Amino acid sequence: MRLNPSRPNRYYRALTRNLVLFVVVVSLLPLLFTGAILLYQFEQAYQSKVEEHLEVLLKKHRRTIDAFLHDRLADIRVLTRSLTVAQMKDSSLLQTKLNLLREEYNGVFVDLGLVDPKGLQVAYAGPFNLIGANYAGAKWLERARADEYFISNVFAGFRGSPHFIVAAHKRLNGQDWLLKATIDFETFNALVENIRIGQTGFVFILDRKGELQTKPRQEVVLASGAWREILALPLKEGKVTIIEQADSLDRETIYAAASLKNSSWIICAQQERSDAFMHLLRAQQAALVIFVLGGVAIVLVSLLLARRLVRRIAEADSQKEAMNEKMIEAGRLASIGELAAGIAHEINNPVAIMVEEAGWIEDLMSDDGPLSEETLAEIQRAVQQIQEQGDRCKQITYKLLSFARKTDPTVKEVSINRLVEEVIGLVSQKSRYGGVKIITDLSAGLPPVAASPSELQQVLLNLVNNAVDAIESDGGTVEVITSQEQGDIHLTVTDTGIGIAESNLARIFDPFYTTKPVGQGTGLGLSICYGIINKLGGEIKVTSVKGKGSAFTVTLPADQNNNPASASAEQAEQS
Amino acid sequence: MSEEGAERIKILLVDDELGYLEVLQKRMDRRGLAVTPVSSGTEAIRVARRQSFDAAVVDLKMEDMDGIEVLKVLKVMDPDLAVIILTGHGSEQAAREGMAHGAFDYLTKPCELSDLLERIYASQKS
Repeated sequence: MRLNPSRPNRYYRALTRNLVLFVVVVSLLPLLFTGAILLYQFEQAYQSKVEEHLEVLLKKHRRTIDAFLHDRLADIRVLTRSLTVAQMKDSSLLQTKLNLLREEYNGVFVDLGLVDPKGLQVAYAGPFNLIGANYAGAKWLERARADEYFISNVFAGFRGSPHFIVAAHKRLNGQDWLLKATIDFETFNALVENIRIGQTGFVFILDRKGELQTKPRQEVVLASGAWREILALPLKEGKVTIIEQADSLDRETIYAAASLKNSSWIICAQQERSDAFMHLLRAQQAALVIFVLGGVAIVLVSLLLARRLVRRIAEADSQKEAMNEKMIEAGRLASIGELAAGIAHEINNPVAIMVEEAGWIEDLMSDDGPLSEETLAEIQRAVQQIQEQGDRCKQITYKLLSFARKTDPTVKEVSINRLVEEVIGLVSQKSRYGGVKIITDLSAGLPPVAASPSELQQVLLNLVNNAVDAIESDGGTVEVITSQEQGDIHLTVTDTGIGIAESNLARIFDPFYTTKPVGQGTGLGLSICYGIINKLGGEIKVTSVKGKGSAFTVTLPADQNNNPASASAEQAEQS
Repeated sequence: MSEEGAERIKILLVDDELGYLEVLQKRMDRRGLAVTPVSSGTEAIRVARRQSFDAAVVDLKMEDMDGIEVLKVLKVMDPDLAVIILTGHGSEQAAREGMAHGAFDYLTKPCELSDLLERIYASQKS
């Protein structure tokens, strides 16, 4: 592909880049926004789903645990109601009852004991020998006395293993007897220990002071971090509190807590966020992959399309350029054609003289006898004349050929004045027979112009040709003036011809617009001039008065790289 | 030549090419024609006003005055004058216009002298 020479590759690269940027921004931005909004909404929805799940879970298990504790308490209460203190003092009876309860509840009850008002255990049934154990001063006893029913916290007590106590009062003669049952820690612990949430989630129970009431499946940090915060909060009955925080190992973790057992215990759940949000994270990863792949595809496709488009544009540009060159060429040939008649006549005269002189020599030589001195001199003169006329022909063809050369768009330093003289030399024959006088006023020492000599020559030829054509048979004057003003070179071609109607002035630079008779003008001349001058960064202007004449002014920037030294102008003339 | 003994045919030769005028006069003179060469339309008219000619050979394109204009004036002065037009190649249209204005015939330049003489003799017979 031949790129347009007047448009550098830089131009097409910038065009490609802009196209790609535009397409990428326009297509990726909405994708980005939509994706971000969707991901955000999805995350919100997922977050509430996770929290809801935790809440439901905690509420369910709180109910289960509450129900468990309540039922155990109820069992003891039934015993205190159905037995008298005297009956309860009988350890063997307690043993019977304990056996019944153990059978019924699968060994949840470890032992039963009766504590007298002084705090001494007076009757006991169970695996340990605890008759006579003195609980006076034990914290749980004080609290149990204070309430009607009592469920203790987990503690080691006399037996040294974790357990908790369920107790109910029995009043006799104003004195407070207490029936207490020990609940098997393992059984209770199993209630919460087996609750699993995802891969990393687990549940445990704390009291309000932060003492563990069950054995968590993995170690939990209570002294600091989220649980300390949660313990400080006033947990509302029936509500689940959820916070998210990094744990001691810096893993984002979700903590959930709800109060139970009349707010004295807290059921706690803890799960790593990455586990809880595993599906969300997978969806996010999938979305990211799709986005990245889609983005890459968009960039690639837009790059490909832009390249293809720009290549087409470049092709169209170079075709246009080639068309322009052809049009200039066509216009050039047309203007030469217009001159051809005059030039043909100009060449006819010397040819006719040569033919006649040759005939004359023949005439002289056909005489009989030896040639006289005089005749020889006459032949000499005739030969001289033939040579002179041959030279004349050569001059004419040289002039014509200098114009008929193919247009060469190569930019050189051109001397405007020299160009004017060449063009006038070419047009002079035509103008002479048209009764047109061509005068010039060429400013000396003009700097050269950077332009294609053949193109600029054509501009001048068109203007001068038009000026001569504008003058009708009664004759007139064409004046060509060159001058310099600041950095610009002005070239004015004025004629005293028919002028241009005001209504036509706006259209004279349009291609194929002509007022000449059909077959005499292509309508390309001025449009080509306009194109060439425009390309050189100059401008062409026209003023005209109908019936008085027209003036075309071409303004060209002087070649900035050159001083107006005549040396460079001469250099241009020689090239 | 064919008009041996008769009065020489008087020709007015009008062309702005002096070299052409000079050599053509010499060659026609050698062939027994009385040639008066003039180098412009105005001079042709001035000369024609003073003396009469049998035929005029007029170049179509001249600087001061168009050949057709010269033809018109000459025909007004002497309607019987045989005017032969010389024209450059490609200007036949103009030459035909001359025919419409009463020219006897036209020839394209450069032409053979024999062709020109043939036309001149033909014009004298008619």
